Amino acid sequence: MKVKKTIKQLVFYLFMTFLGLLAIVPFLWMISTSLKVREALYTIPIRWIPLDPSLDAYRAIFNLSNINFFRGLINSFIVSILLTFIPLLTSAMAAFAFAKIEFKGKKLLFTAFLFTMMVPGTITMIPNFITLKTLHLLNTYMALLLPALCNAFAIFFMRQSFIAIHDSYLEAAIIDGASLYRVFITVILPLARPVLFTMGLFNFMGSWNGFLWPLIVLSDRSKWTLQLGLANLGSNFYNYQNYLMAGALISIVPIIIVYVITQKYVEKGLSTGGLKG
Amino acid sequence: MYIGGKKQKRIALVVFLAPAVISLLVFFLFPIFESLLLSFLAYDPLRPIEDVSFVGLQNYKEYFQYKDMQAQYLHVLYYLVLYIPLILVTSMAQALLLNRIFVGKTLYKVLFYLPVISSWVAVALIWRWLLHGEFGLINIGLRAIGLNGPSWLLSKVWAMPGVVLAAVWKDTGYYALLLLAALKGIEPSYYESARIDGANSTQRFTRITLPLVSPTLFLLVVINVIAGFQVFESIYIMTEGGPAGATRVPVEQIYRNAFTYYKMGYASAIAWVLGFVILIATVIQFRMERRWVSYES
Repeated sequence: MKVKKTIKQLVFYLFMTFLGLLAIVPFLWMISTSLKVREALYTIPIRWIPLDPSLDAYRAIFNLSNINFFRGLINSFIVSILLTFIPLLTSAMAAFAFAKIEFKGKKLLFTAFLFTMMVPGTITMIPNFITLKTLHLLNTYMALLLPALCNAFAIFFMRQSFIAIHDSYLEAAIIDGASLYRVFITVILPLARPVLFTMGLFNFMGSWNGFLWPLIVLSDRSKWTLQLGLANLGSNFYNYQNYLMAGALISIVPIIIVYVITQKYVEKGLSTGGLKG
Repeated sequence: MYIGGKKQKRIALVVFLAPAVISLLVFFLFPIFESLLLSFLAYDPLRPIEDVSFVGLQNYKEYFQYKDMQAQYLHVLYYLVLYIPLILVTSMAQALLLNRIFVGKTLYKVLFYLPVISSWVAVALIWRWLLHGEFGLINIGLRAIGLNGPSWLLSKVWAMPGVVLAAVWKDTGYYALLLLAALKGIEPSYYESARIDGANSTQRFTRITLPLVSPTLFLLVVINVIAGFQVFESIYIMTEGGPAGATRVPVEQIYRNAFTYYKMGYASAIAWVLGFVILIATVIQFRMERRWVSYES
């Protein structure tokens, strides 16, 4: 009986490891390719560890004449920081109003927010382009930020967790003379830390990885985010797999770092509805 | 709740709600009407406003007469028919495994989630290379077990399955976590009493697990049909609609007409047709929901 159990465990782990490998082998292949010189790309059998590893590909993509990859990296950081924290704050503010303040038309307004989740982005994207063009905001990061201020999913999710915060916390603060703003900043936000981390990660992922919308509103190459540069690299250097894999790696590393840092909170944020403790 | 001055409350409400509500009105609600209006206009944003003209149903007529329209919807259907069953099986399998208690679970969870957090641009580039006909890892692997892989993205038949493979690889970890949450919600006592009644593991899976997670599976299908009809980024980077238009899809058509040819009225009409198709597909699914989804009473 005990032997049988051990074998079962072994098979389980072998299977899990196989699945784990399926998930990461493409990444290993990317790393391996990015360290190869061009001649080493098209050889069989595969050398997972290149014969003469080189950083040529990395040097090359940072020195292209028509794509400024470094600029793209910096732009992406700026965009992602703006689009992580500002919408996080505005969504939390709206979620707080929906969760804890009574007002007329609340249900209707909340339904309107939920409704936006059902409208395909392909329908709103053309009018939004025209609106931003009229406001002379194309090729500015405002074009990315303004539509992100209304994030129905984040508002819905945070409202759920704010509702779970007991009113007595808020009442105590208000009796002590705190204003609603103070209650929001000193009571709600600290208690909702896991959900803030969760939504923060989602915001960061969305903005760091965003492609179609930036492609539409940022035509000026100096404003390009990393993803736009990378996609352009992909069509201009179609067969320079080492360049492409170096570029892909650079675009993935920051998001992995952010994910690993927030992972612990995110799991909690998703499972407990986002309350501390 | 909230006690306090009425005026103070009103000001606070405005402060808390204004950014999200203004964005809601300007970028989500108003555009729905604007888009509908646009679909009846000939509108080129580069030309003076006087050139805008009302064309009635002309844009829609033009689109329905467009010879590749049907083909593009067939491509989407091809994508969906491959993607939906595959993603259900892979994410369910992964969720079932993660639902067990074992050492090193967090590590596996992180590994499974890495494709999810990577951008589509990066994933598409990686898979373009993995699916390379001669030197790609997939075909090298297939050759090792005696199979001759197709030239994937260069083949009219295999390009779409290639895109689907990449999409399943990227999305499995995400949907597995959704299903895992559903699995965790199942009462352990159901399994215990089934075991006492002598049900084997297959029976326990088909009689208890599947019915109880069927609402989540349903949600997953609905979400993915909606997303699948709007598939774009993966195809745009992996095949650019090729080879010979074999992976052209409606969103690509919208994008090209709106932002390459600046035929924004026509593109809006295509977008509305797509939106309508998605709506119909969703309604049909909710109609069929009763047949296979069970809700606990």
